[in-house]
Amino acid sequence: MGMETPLSPEETKFQERVDAGIKIEPKDYMPEAYRKTLIRQISQHAHSEIVGQLPEGNWITRAPTLKRKAILLAKVQDEAGHGLYLYSAVETLGVSREQTIDDLLAGKAKYSSIFNYPTLTWADMGAIGWLVDGSAIINQIPICRCSYGPYARAMVRICKEETFHMRQGFEIMLTLSRGTPAQRAMAQDALNRWWWPSLMMHGPSDAESKHSAQSMRWKIKLFSNDELRQKFVDQTVPQADYLGLKIPDPDLKWNPERGHYDFGKIDWDEFYNVIQGNGPCNRERLRARVKAHEEGAWVRAAASAYAEKRANRQAA
Amino acid sequence: MNDWPLWEIFIRSQHGLAHKHVGSLHAPDAEMAVKSARDVYTRRNEGVSIWVVKSADITASSPGDKEPLFEPANNKIYRHPAFYEVPEEVKNI
Repeated sequence: MGMETPLSPEETKFQERVDAGIKIEPKDYMPEAYRKTLIRQISQHAHSEIVGQLPEGNWITRAPTLKRKAILLAKVQDEAGHGLYLYSAVETLGVSREQTIDDLLAGKAKYSSIFNYPTLTWADMGAIGWLVDGSAIINQIPICRCSYGPYARAMVRICKEETFHMRQGFEIMLTLSRGTPAQRAMAQDALNRWWWPSLMMHGPSDAESKHSAQSMRWKIKLFSNDELRQKFVDQTVPQADYLGLKIPDPDLKWNPERGHYDFGKIDWDEFYNVIQGNGPCNRERLRARVKAHEEGAWVRAAASAYAEKRANRQAA
Repeated sequence: MNDWPLWEIFIRSQHGLAHKHVGSLHAPDAEMAVKSARDVYTRRNEGVSIWVVKSADITASSPGDKEPLFEPANNKIYRHPAFYEVPEEVKNI
């Protein structure tokens, strides 16, 4: 705390508004660091939605039934929509849409490291919906009340839609876990691979987290990473029990004194390694994004040319 | 894409009385803006009508003018029905 510089009168007024629960809107005064933190956080969030389409897109053509295919398509389409709501929110902070997307394509921007893991079997569609979207919901619900208006409003829409994502994933797991021994084994294998990365989604431990304290003062963050992670574990263990699947953590145990589940140590080396670009699919994900952007160039050019032609005709 | 203007999207829901702002998107023209708005903002029957308006065409009040604009209404509480006391015996008023 000793390192903090005193707030300017403007900053003090800003902090008072935040403390009073008044939403900050795009044209309001905001400290430069608040703006920068939001740009970083919301754009990372937007990129996560967009890149998050890729692991599931992998299974659209191979979904086991037409019903599952339609559901998966709808989910992936939602993710594109979520990306767009969030890109719009970033734009209100004074960064152009093009700049934000260029940063992703140039590999300069980060996105949730969980999307750098491969989707090896159909059960991964279940595990992603159940665990990854389950984790995301826990992280995102508090953001519906965050101090920045456009971010909070985007998040309300997103949270409403994420519940469908989580339920369809759980239903896939439920179907597999009631299926043949091979299907049960597939569900267990997916849980084994996605469990730890899902716990990492809540971010580094509070002691290690660089931005946590300031973000909490600014009400960009309302709960600590460890609180959110605990909530996820407490909510998910009984669901795994219901499925008859085993969570891959020998240290996982109910602690009646704390009223929470204790769980084992997270391998943060793996987390930082994936963030630094060395996950199983980092290069593949970015390559797919760049390819999609380049192959869509003619569509964007055609739409622009058509709009221009019509505008000229109207002017004439 | 850098040339595509930003459009503000307004949706009137099935039971909504008025169009309500729901967000924004980039599109080359109004027609494409309506089509994209349908995909982005009405995937779950949220609307029966869409308006699109170029963001640049909206004039907004400035946050700094909040007091001169809205303060005067604060001390005119007699504009609200609750300001008036009606004897309990009197009905339908």
